[in-house]
Amino acid sequence: MPPRTCGLCNNARAMLKRPKTGQQICRDCFFYVFETEVHNTITEAKLFKPGDKVAIGASGGKDSTVLAHVMKALNERYQYGLDLFLLSIDEGITGYRDDSLETVKRNQQQYDMPLKILSYDELYGWTMDAIVEQVGKKNNCTFCGVFRRQALDRGAASLGVDHIVTGHNADDIAETVLMNIMRGDIARLGRCTLICTEGEDTIKRSKPFKYAYEKEIVMYAYFKKLDYFSTECIYSPDAYRGHARVFLKDLEAARPSAIIDIIHSGEAFEVSEEVKATQKVQQTCKRCGYMSSNDLCKACTLLEGLERGVANSAITDRARKKLDAEGPAPENLRTIPFYHAPSATPNIAIAINTP
Amino acid sequence: MSTTSTIKLKVEFSGGLELLFSNQRSHRIEIPAVVPSDNSTIIDATSKAGDKTKSADVTYLMYHLRDHLLKERVELFMEAGTVRPGILVLINDTDWELEGEGEYVLKDGDEIVFISTLHGG
Repeated sequence: MPPRTCGLCNNARAMLKRPKTGQQICRDCFFYVFETEVHNTITEAKLFKPGDKVAIGASGGKDSTVLAHVMKALNERYQYGLDLFLLSIDEGITGYRDDSLETVKRNQQQYDMPLKILSYDELYGWTMDAIVEQVGKKNNCTFCGVFRRQALDRGAASLGVDHIVTGHNADDIAETVLMNIMRGDIARLGRCTLICTEGEDTIKRSKPFKYAYEKEIVMYAYFKKLDYFSTECIYSPDAYRGHARVFLKDLEAARPSAIIDIIHSGEAFEVSEEVKATQKVQQTCKRCGYMSSNDLCKACTLLEGLERGVANSAITDRARKKLDAEGPAPENLRTIPFYHAPSATPNIAIAINTP
Repeated sequence: MSTTSTIKLKVEFSGGLELLFSNQRSHRIEIPAVVPSDNSTIIDATSKAGDKTKSADVTYLMYHLRDHLLKERVELFMEAGTVRPGILVLINDTDWELEGEGEYVLKDGDEIVFISTLHGG
């Protein structure tokens, strides 16, 4: 086959077929359109204002590595005026997270950004290795997900940042739409397509890669020779998401626009006021001060279960009843340090590793 | 036309796919220039001169890798005669979708890269 020329510059040789548009483009035009689309996503959603302190949730994987690279480039090119940080959570998974954190540490050097690593061990007193030893491989993703969410907020609060950006891409969001539909979780379905989520006293979270296809993120990393880590978590991966992912990839193979189409259909669902009203009101956790829809936040409930040796208490009703029957939490129970919302506290100086 | 009987290739796996191939990213391999049309990679006594053949293409290469290099979990690499959806293929650094995908006829010295996108980000 003769080489095709780029559909944008009509000059260089095309090296990539864009899944979103079917366009055949060259390497340089690909870098340009990929970065510009992310810039457009950022400006259209008005994600930042000059002077914002923004933490990039960095796992060392492809998405967050490309995100750090692109955020740095756009911040310089378009003068966003952002103070960028890398924020990593160390779940304490030997042979997985310890290796990927090495990648993050190299990224810190390469991108010249301050890095903060917060570990489950220092925050909760439990590593994922220790949790899996107690609860087994079946439900450990629940612990990891709940703990990570809170750890990111706490890490961000300690950095004094206004905003966390994560590397969630279009494929991830489409997967989540499918999962929420299959589970009938209308509340989450309404939220999962939002580019930016912000509670009253929570740190803003947004997804600049909301419309970026995974294929393009991987190609970007490949062509730019970015240093990223790619190994599956050694503990049982989220099986439900795994099925949604395989299904989505099959759809994409048949019709590449499927991913964007699913995001659009997720957005098109209107959650009626009636449904919104039945969703629980947000309050703060009585034990640790983190936002919660119950007296105790999910992380405190899970931690109490671990500490009292009934780790599945927050997962099954039966286990919770058993725990309640044993009486109230003991006085000396290990708890999570009290959470101060960033707006309510002056900036506390903390140790961060500067490159 | 020259009639080289084998083709030398450089094959690379990344994005976690290397784990299926003895955790080795880069492989140099040699395959026949002309191969059975049914992608059979095992030469046995029953093959005869009359069997249908074709020039070695990327589809044949995938069968070859599956049969001779893959160490575990074949379903994570191939599905329905092609790569599993979610695996990107580059032929000499170009998206294989621009090169005819599995029908691309391999040349001596070609570099083929397989990248999994299915691993966590």
